[in-house]
Amino acid sequence: MNAISKSFHGIHANQDINLVVESGEILGLLGENGAGKTTLMNILYGLYQPDSGQIKINGNPIRINNPVESITHGIGMVHQHFMLIQNHSVIENIALGYKDTPFFFPKISIRKKVEQFSKQFDFHMDTEKKVWQLSAGEQQRVEIIKALLNGADLLILDEPTSVLTPLEIKELIAIMREMKAKGHMIIFISHKLDEIMDICDRVVVLQKGKIAGSADTRNTDKKALARMMVGRDVVFNINRERLTRGERVLSIENLNVFGEKGFQVVKNISFDLFKNEIFGIAGVSGNGQRELAEAITGIRPIASGKVTINGKDITNTSPRHIYDNGVSHVPEERIRFGIAPGLFLYDNAILKQHHLKKFSKRYFLNYSQVKHHTNTIVDRFKVSTHSINNQIRNLSGGNIQKLILGREISEQPQLLVASHPTYGLDVGATEFLRKHLLHLRKQGSSVLLFSEDLEEIFELCDRVAVIFQGEFMAILDSDDERFSDIGLMMAGSKRI
Amino acid sequence: MITIKTTDRYNITAFRSFMTIILSLVAGLGVISIIFLMAGVNPLHAISEIFSGSFGSIYGFKETLTKAIPLILIGAGLTLAFRAKFWNIGAEGQLLMGAIFATWVGLTFGELLPPYFIVPLIFLAGFIGGGLWGIIPAILKIKYSINEVISTLMLNYICAELLTMLIVGPWKGKTRFGFPGTNNLPDSAILGLIPGSRIHYATLILAILCAIVLCVVIYKTRFGYEARVVGENPDAGKYAGINFLKTSLILMAISGGLAGLAGVGEVAGIHHYLGYPASVSSGYGFTAIIVAWLAKLNPLFTIISGIFFAGILVGGDAIQISLGLPAATVEIVNGTLLIFLIMGDYFLNHKITLQFSHT
Repeated sequence: MNAISKSFHGIHANQDINLVVESGEILGLLGENGAGKTTLMNILYGLYQPDSGQIKINGNPIRINNPVESITHGIGMVHQHFMLIQNHSVIENIALGYKDTPFFFPKISIRKKVEQFSKQFDFHMDTEKKVWQLSAGEQQRVEIIKALLNGADLLILDEPTSVLTPLEIKELIAIMREMKAKGHMIIFISHKLDEIMDICDRVVVLQKGKIAGSADTRNTDKKALARMMVGRDVVFNINRERLTRGERVLSIENLNVFGEKGFQVVKNISFDLFKNEIFGIAGVSGNGQRELAEAITGIRPIASGKVTINGKDITNTSPRHIYDNGVSHVPEERIRFGIAPGLFLYDNAILKQHHLKKFSKRYFLNYSQVKHHTNTIVDRFKVSTHSINNQIRNLSGGNIQKLILGREISEQPQLLVASHPTYGLDVGATEFLRKHLLHLRKQGSSVLLFSEDLEEIFELCDRVAVIFQGEFMAILDSDDERFSDIGLMMAGSKRI
Repeated sequence: MITIKTTDRYNITAFRSFMTIILSLVAGLGVISIIFLMAGVNPLHAISEIFSGSFGSIYGFKETLTKAIPLILIGAGLTLAFRAKFWNIGAEGQLLMGAIFATWVGLTFGELLPPYFIVPLIFLAGFIGGGLWGIIPAILKIKYSINEVISTLMLNYICAELLTMLIVGPWKGKTRFGFPGTNNLPDSAILGLIPGSRIHYATLILAILCAIVLCVVIYKTRFGYEARVVGENPDAGKYAGINFLKTSLILMAISGGLAGLAGVGEVAGIHHYLGYPASVSSGYGFTAIIVAWLAKLNPLFTIISGIFFAGILVGGDAIQISLGLPAATVEIVNGTLLIFLIMGDYFLNHKITLQFSHT
């Protein structure tokens, strides 16, 4: 890619970017939220047209007008937000994007190909399942199969590991190495420095739409990359000071919850959570974490069991009642639950708080207060937007997330239920958020942290539970030595 | 090969939005012209007849205002429902139910009470009638997940048949000499008119007030906020702890209630008795859908769009007489304009680019 530039409404998303990928190479693309990584890749994939610049393949300049053309040029892309049809089965989704799908009985011929392919790369895939029944990790595998089946030489993976479990990440890396050995090219977009260092041959760092630097991974280290990306030094190990925990805040007794598919996904879980404590729930995604969080916050009905907040029974009460009892919630599916896309930023900044006295008298909303509150969040959490009178759908994913986080934690909740709060955030924002969680803990809040990032879990949590198929395999202090076997516990083969 | 590509358009200016409406209307009139040509009528003449018939004379304009009253009332109520993505297609039935309630109150208590008492009472009855008819689909939708498009539409027919049953059966008036219809409402229950016109001013004032108040409700109140959140993203509404049943009940009570008020106006202001459904309302409940849409779902703008479509109704009547076109002409005009307005909306929100490439 030669001197690529693209701007939206006068803001440069990409400026004079040169990028070269050679065959059999894995190129890392690193940058903060809104640095222009996704825009650049969308240009390569034909979703956007560059304002200026040129794309060449094997030295021949080409023009990619749309994704169909990029596929014929051997470019495949797996997006951060999956492009699958939720109500269709896996096989139907694959058949839809496949160029040689026959008109009659498309599923039969495609199924053979997919099975063959799954064997080759050691995927396990129930092709008859509907996409909405799949975990994020499984959906991503469908996307990868789609791209590879179309004969992609160059595969763009947009933050592929952010939704995967440690085990799935290993599998993904194996697949990527396999592809590399076969001469494929991969562009790997990520925030996670460890992975970049581990997987990539070369890394290009973007900052504010420009190339901030590039390096061979052999000749650089994490610190240098982080500095290139943020423009300053980043603290990696946050000190968690010792605190004596206070009184009990949340108590969960024998909780049972059913999932969308009608199966029991949370099985007889019990635990307590105290003031000044961060309680982590580690586990491979799709093991009941989302349903557990939704049951506690009132979005999902509880089949049996009891949830108490400060001694008050809140089992199966309304989300608002639970919020009013001091429980904030950063949901896992933020775009689905967290925002009303067509409303303004300031409307979204009070989604859960709009009924509070501060923002509404009996019937009327106090918009001057609301706007003031929104500005505070935007400033504190560095949400980048040109105005708060802006529909929130115009913001990037990372910025939407910052606004949701700001909304949920600015009120000093008694209990914060946070599902993957740093997923998709850049290094700077992650650092800020983790510090803020510790700050909340110090102020007397308790935090229930769902995360797949083990580093994050051990860095922040006082106690950690490992969840597998809806059951706790262990609840241990985070410095317990027995956690050396956490991998086994997450896979369900060890219980303490 | 030519490929068509659509991308979302953000940050739409008010000017662009306005121009889109104007262009959609012009394009719609273009297609209507073709239909006029096929009917053997000079389209320019026909269109100018429509607008001169409705806006070109004092008599025409008075008629236009008369017909604008129900359109503004219903249209304003529909903007609220549509904001919450509650597709209320049942305003026609809600109007009729309002008319039924008002007629009952008027006939029963009209002789006993003075006008300043009975007039507010029949409006209240109409609001309750329309509102009750409106909350039925809300309950069906929230409690039993029944699609509101189907249920509101079907309730129109149920209400129309119920009304017919009443006027040919138990409510059939002695003064009708055997024809279906109730007796005339007593004088105390009949709305005053602006002299020399059929404009029942009480309802007109009520309509404008309702449009203004609803505008405040949608943009300034907690309830309006909740309705907008539910409309934008129901999952976010659930997460925010918004009570769907309560929100839907209130908004459909208001939406249906305003249609009920329109029914009161038609019975007590125009006809003075309850006759066949098609004579009580000439499809105002459906035309108001276009009114709400043309107003960009802003209740305040329904005052303008209501008058505009009332003008087309009146002008349509005029060309029926002067050009001898069938009554369905007006419906064709309205339907075509709605299609173009909706298309215009699409082009307003999406950018279309054509790409030429040689492969």
